[in-house]
Amino acid sequence: MQFPLSWLAEFLSDRIEAERLAHELTMAGLEVEALAPVAPPFAGIVVARVEAVEAHPGADKLRVCRVDAGGAEPLQIVCGAPNVVAGMKVPCAKVGANLPGLAIKAAKLRGVDSYGMLCSARELGLSQDHAGLLALPADAPVGQDIRSYLRLDDQIFTIKLTPNRADCLGVLGIAREVAALTGIGLVAPRPYAAPVTHDIKVPVSIAAPDLCGRFSGRVVRGVNARAATPAWMVERLERSGQRAISALVDISNYVMLELNRPNHVFDADKIRGGLEVRWARPGEALLLLNGQTIALAPDVGVIADQGGVESMAGIMGGESTSCTADTSSVYVEAAFWWPEAVAGRARRYGFVSEASHRFERGVDFEDTVAGVERVTQLILEICGGEAGPVDDHVVNVPQRAPIALRPARARRVLGIDLSDADMAALLGRLGLPVARAGENFVVTPPSYRFDLALEIDLIEELARLHGYDNIPVEAPRAPQTMLPLPEGRRSDARQKQVLVGRDYQEVINYAFIERDWEADFCANSSPVTLANPIASQMAVMRSSLIPGLVATVSANRKRHLERVRVFETGRCFRLDAAGEPVAGFDQPRRIAALAWGTQLAEQWGEAARKVDFYDVKGDVEALLAPVRPEFERTDHPALHPGRAARVIVDGRGIGVVGEIHPQWVQKYELGSAPVVFELDLDALGAAGVPAYREVSRFPAVRRDIALVVAHELSAASLLDCLRRAAPSIVTELEVFDQYHGTGIPKDRKSLAFRVVMQDTQRTLEDKEADAAVAAMVHAAEQQFAAKLRD
Amino acid sequence: MQDLDSIVSQALSEFDAIQDASLLEQAKARYLGKSGAISERLKTLGSLAPEARKEAGAVINQAKQRLEQALEARRAALKQAALAAKLQEEALDVSLPGRGLGLGGLHPVTRTLDRIEAIFRSTGFEVADGPEIETDFHNFTALNTPENHPARSMHDTFYIEGNSGVLLRTHTSPIQVRYMQAHVARHRALMEAGHAMPAIKIIAPGRVYRVDSDATHSPMFHQVEGLWIAEDVSFAGLKGVFTDFLRRFFEKPQLSTRFRPSFFPFTEPSAEIDMSCVFCDDGAGPKGCRVCSHTGWLEIAGSGMVHPNVLAHCGIDSERYIGFAFGMGPDRLTMLRYGVNDLRLFFDGDLRFLSQFR
Repeated sequence: MQFPLSWLAEFLSDRIEAERLAHELTMAGLEVEALAPVAPPFAGIVVARVEAVEAHPGADKLRVCRVDAGGAEPLQIVCGAPNVVAGMKVPCAKVGANLPGLAIKAAKLRGVDSYGMLCSARELGLSQDHAGLLALPADAPVGQDIRSYLRLDDQIFTIKLTPNRADCLGVLGIAREVAALTGIGLVAPRPYAAPVTHDIKVPVSIAAPDLCGRFSGRVVRGVNARAATPAWMVERLERSGQRAISALVDISNYVMLELNRPNHVFDADKIRGGLEVRWARPGEALLLLNGQTIALAPDVGVIADQGGVESMAGIMGGESTSCTADTSSVYVEAAFWWPEAVAGRARRYGFVSEASHRFERGVDFEDTVAGVERVTQLILEICGGEAGPVDDHVVNVPQRAPIALRPARARRVLGIDLSDADMAALLGRLGLPVARAGENFVVTPPSYRFDLALEIDLIEELARLHGYDNIPVEAPRAPQTMLPLPEGRRSDARQKQVLVGRDYQEVINYAFIERDWEADFCANSSPVTLANPIASQMAVMRSSLIPGLVATVSANRKRHLERVRVFETGRCFRLDAAGEPVAGFDQPRRIAALAWGTQLAEQWGEAARKVDFYDVKGDVEALLAPVRPEFERTDHPALHPGRAARVIVDGRGIGVVGEIHPQWVQKYELGSAPVVFELDLDALGAAGVPAYREVSRFPAVRRDIALVVAHELSAASLLDCLRRAAPSIVTELEVFDQYHGTGIPKDRKSLAFRVVMQDTQRTLEDKEADAAVAAMVHAAEQQFAAKLRD
Repeated sequence: MQDLDSIVSQALSEFDAIQDASLLEQAKARYLGKSGAISERLKTLGSLAPEARKEAGAVINQAKQRLEQALEARRAALKQAALAAKLQEEALDVSLPGRGLGLGGLHPVTRTLDRIEAIFRSTGFEVADGPEIETDFHNFTALNTPENHPARSMHDTFYIEGNSGVLLRTHTSPIQVRYMQAHVARHRALMEAGHAMPAIKIIAPGRVYRVDSDATHSPMFHQVEGLWIAEDVSFAGLKGVFTDFLRRFFEKPQLSTRFRPSFFPFTEPSAEIDMSCVFCDDGAGPKGCRVCSHTGWLEIAGSGMVHPNVLAHCGIDSERYIGFAFGMGPDRLTMLRYGVNDLRLFFDGDLRFLSQFR
């Protein structure tokens, strides 16, 4: 909502300084976004008449003018503007005047004396127009200060209105609010009724009372549509951000801005038969005033005549009955459209209109006739004509139920000590009728407020008028209870710290990614897709964090980084019939990391080596420890088929670890293969509480076993076999070496195991250790044809 | 024959001059060995008279002991010197960097979220979470924003294709809705037995989405909302809690706040919260600077008393219980805290930027 202070002042009994007004409005919830003077500060510029124009003896483009600026003697002024002619009225900066960035002095221009400057609009800071001098109307009084003549000592307010305060979408509404906030008197517009000089009516029928609650109109005939819009109206419209178009359109807009009363002026001669207010019928279309033709849905309200739909009710007029320069008879309409009947329709068709913006928030249902009269008044004043009777159809307007306000409740909700008398005074300032019923106040909301229906709405008004600043700042009183701290669950923060400790940097990537990434890295041909993506490369929701991390490598490689270690936590998204809590979608929280380049940052003390599978597998093990996951070869679309493992905890897959597939390394220009892992974050959280086990005081016995087995046999299978064969004295069993080379057949390999044995009650004898090792070796021989290495 | 004293003094000076342990042992042999100078002397004793033999023997033995002590001392000195030489040789350039993996870092917004969580936990707020793909009901309707409500145009919403009524949450408020519903279900038996509902005191951090992208708007960003519902909270308490939070977060005990009336469908009364500019307020009130557009104030959060309709949607008796809620942008808090001037840097994955926050 934009308006000049001078317009607002018309409805206020006292002057108010612009800065103070801005503060009052902002602190009452009508946020002043901008407050700007109409013109920059300048002085000494007056209306002047150019008496004569002569050629400059020394310059083709300059003229020597004789100018009457209201002084005793005419002034000689040299001027370069192309449009200067004798007889025109222009702003003239006299010697001593100060313009933005320019002080006017007597000067000699190419040898001719000049005592002042004739000004363009840009030189006065009024607009960017620098084509020529600012031509003033012929009746502009010579010698008058230009600031007062053009009323430049004015301020433009721009207010960011919240959707609940639609009553402030007009200057009168703002004035009402200012009166309530400051105590300045409201000067309401004087009621007007045009003299009725004919009895022509347009027949109106309202077929949809759930759409239209009230419809008021009148015919004004004999208007001159070519009349010029008066300067004062043009000025107010422009200072309110509206371009002047033609008298009838401007009058309509003016009344909308003044009274917050949207209205429509039809060309009465183009209305075929009468007007019918109803919902649109299947197949109907309308050519709008903005040139757009739209197909009307059945939940769109229309005004139709016998020839078809004329306008979208409460949203925008149609082309077929619009006024032109030749219009001589008009039908002025003002209606109450139900907010629910208008809401969302314009947006659905991709536009917003001043009318729909107001009606969907709620417009006064009692001022339709006053609105028609105000439009009539201005038409008669500017375009002439004769008014017919006002035809007012009231079919279904909102009921304003009285609201009970309990003062004690207000004090409790706000936490303030406000007396009943104070509350009564505050409500009185709003101009609301207030009654008392026992302890309670009873308030009936006015027809222009659509945000007052519940007790809490009135409590808000009390808080606003009392001033939020005057509500104390207090620590709430509450029982002191401690939060649960489950030791068996690890926080996300702890997981992140583990990765930070292993040289990974956290990143946050967008959750919407390219469709190709889903296909490549997740083999997902039906990803969760956005209906309205912001860009095609952000079209689908990720089902994995891996593609985003790979893209992070690409982006940083372009920035010439040679080593990237990153991780991310976040939700991933998959269509899943069994998904919950939102049916149809699985939204697991994941943690993923990627390492690319050398394992260690380049350093003097270690040879450079590319990060490999086992480095990152070690990170996975560290994250999960003390839980020991199993790793099982797997196929994953993002990963090298021979270098990918599923991570299994308690028999359940909780993620993958592996090297990015060479084809993606090539396609995404990564240079070398990153190694990644991705795990279910919630599964990682379960760690259990440590349990004590007795520490043995007796010596441990260590034996090493080296077994030669088939090359493709996994270490885990062999280890598993040994574990099952190991007697209870075996306390530790780990792989410590893998070897293939000299002395081992090509299709075989040697795996070496460390076996630690210990008893908590006594010292083990050699033969017990020997027997244990023999049992384990025997099992391996039986199951995998393993041979003890010599 | 050389006299004993000169043998001793010769030996002592010889030992002293020796720098090598094996040469020292050879020298020892020359004096104390089987055919060494001292041993030769001892062999001559046999020819002496018993009295003289005893006396001469004592003298020789004395000389022998002196040499042995000297030898021992020399051995120790040589050993000490050898150790010193070895240590000298083993000395490292301690100025060279240490070996191994470095340290990574958290995302700056995570730092902020961690701080927000810690501050609110310290006063008993639990942390709640919820889905990012949400239903229209939880994101809007349950929050007193029915279909076609003009307030919906305040949020430009991403919708999921092929699923009417499913969207990317535009704020973290649906977490509150889900939490309230679950809380009521969890304590139903207690409440039916006539007890008061335990207070709800949560913060809900998370990623949210809106169709918007420029230097100050990202289509994905973060929010943290807070909710406190109990029998005796009030607007004054909301002012207290949030002001206290901002002072802790920015570590500025003098920071001031300004609550301005505003509108959110799910709270009433609603308030925008401004804080005194952290760049130009030195405790004596903000002076105005570029960051705060010379107003002295920064808009930092939205808040209000939970609307009775919202409580009703979640099955909470709005007569008995009163709640307040607030919502803030941790991305913006991060920018203000660390002086970052472009929101897009947070989601760009540029390690040169991110690695600064360690």
